[in-house]
Amino acid sequence: MPDVRATWYHLRVGDSACIPSAASAVPTTTVTSRHSALVRITHWITTLCFLALLVSGAEIVISHPRFYWGETGNVLTTPLFKLPIPSSRALVPTGYGYVLPDQNGWSRALHFQSAWVVVLTGLLYVISGLFTGHFRKDLLPAKATLSWRSVSTVIANHLRFERPSEAETWSYNVLQRLTYLFVIFVLFPLVIWTGLAMSPAFVSAFPSTVILLGGRQSARTLHFFVSLALLLFLLVHVAMICLPGFRNRMRAMITGHIGTRTERT
Amino acid sequence: MTDLSRRKLITTGLGAVAGVSGLGVAASLAQKYGLVPPDHGGIYGLGETLTYASQRLLTRHSFAREFSPSQISKRPLENEIAPFGEPFKRFQAGGFADWRLTIDGMVDRPASFSLAQLRSYPSRSQITELSCEEGWTYIAEWIGVPLSHVLDLVGTQPHARYVVYFSIEPDWWESIDMADAMHPQTFLTYGMNGNDLPVGNGGPLRLRLPRQLGYKSVKFITHLTVTDNLKKFGKGLGSASPEGGYAWYAGI
Repeated sequence: MPDVRATWYHLRVGDSACIPSAASAVPTTTVTSRHSALVRITHWITTLCFLALLVSGAEIVISHPRFYWGETGNVLTTPLFKLPIPSSRALVPTGYGYVLPDQNGWSRALHFQSAWVVVLTGLLYVISGLFTGHFRKDLLPAKATLSWRSVSTVIANHLRFERPSEAETWSYNVLQRLTYLFVIFVLFPLVIWTGLAMSPAFVSAFPSTVILLGGRQSARTLHFFVSLALLLFLLVHVAMICLPGFRNRMRAMITGHIGTRTERT
Repeated sequence: MTDLSRRKLITTGLGAVAGVSGLGVAASLAQKYGLVPPDHGGIYGLGETLTYASQRLLTRHSFAREFSPSQISKRPLENEIAPFGEPFKRFQAGGFADWRLTIDGMVDRPASFSLAQLRSYPSRSQITELSCEEGWTYIAEWIGVPLSHVLDLVGTQPHARYVVYFSIEPDWWESIDMADAMHPQTFLTYGMNGNDLPVGNGGPLRLRLPRQLGYKSVKFITHLTVTDNLKKFGKGLGSASPEGGYAWYAGI
């Protein structure tokens, strides 16, 4: 028995190849839209920007792989922790006998340009998502599913490596919904905030941006950890696409179409 | 369905036209109001321009955070400096008594100032943070004369748009727009934490600019030029930083 959601996916999408005649049946080898064009385009722009931010961010960290808490921190002060990697600056005592080449110029330029593009793309996605009901329909979990039991069922299914149900091909389960909402409305805003809190000019106009975080070095340390959280999300996200069917899910996010192989009644 | 796609086509088309013409208008306004940085060309020009334009709009009159004396770093970090050239060593041997700062370009009265002269002008101090693009920071009390005071003495001409400043060390020069040059926290700094500015922190004279990253605060300043056009300096990108791959505007 297919999820009823499948029906409004059909009805919602004007360019779908096929409109089902009955709400209760998903037709054989249907090809229809899983993600709207806007979601697909903003998703891939975000992917590119995120990878660029990750690489350039790592390069910038290499120039000073030490983290501090509070307002100030440098090689003369005690770090909160150090990354056990060589540095691109001779100033930093790393224990390695060599200094990596300086890559900060292009890394910083790429970092901020990608940040601009991803923030503008994110704004477009969030604003349009509010207007089209994308968040309400696709991401906000139904009240009934917000119980510990339904969440633990989803987790148990994952742990047993069960193939996702037909319904999960067409819409997100409660765990996916909560994760995506957390990434979109908690992690992304946090990474932007902690990033802006490191800008000397930005905080001159909005000092509370950095004061609320406990200082510039705290902002830098938090920026690092929020980025790690986003990286963890990316890894799990990619794994969850590969396990149940890479081709189908990639096709859904690139063309918007899903092929369902068998009729289920 | 045909209606729907036609409507979609028309709205998308109108959106694209509005977007492109909007960008055109924005670009010409940005040029008019000085919101385009000299290093706006190249693949990262978009990011550089968006950052400079938006921060310039937000921060024209804002002040860098000032801290309490108790927050001053116990040891102000002295960053690595390339070995000094002969001219610097000669001044250093003489206790910097003969150090001079020359100001020329679009000014009514080009002049050369000794350190003693600079010290005779109203002295200001600020307890601000130096933030390096690498990520480290320290807080110090910086003592000096506001650049705006000295620029008023030489009489900056109305069409002036940038101040270019040079270190005695070769290939070390930067420039800032007039908003930063005339900002009350932009100092010709000769003192730190109640003493002379140590050589390791840029002494005897450093241009201090707390709203931008440390690399804009050039050490060992000897020459300052006021101009309306950065094209004729170096490779025309505004300063030595863009020539080495770094942003001209370092407010971020």
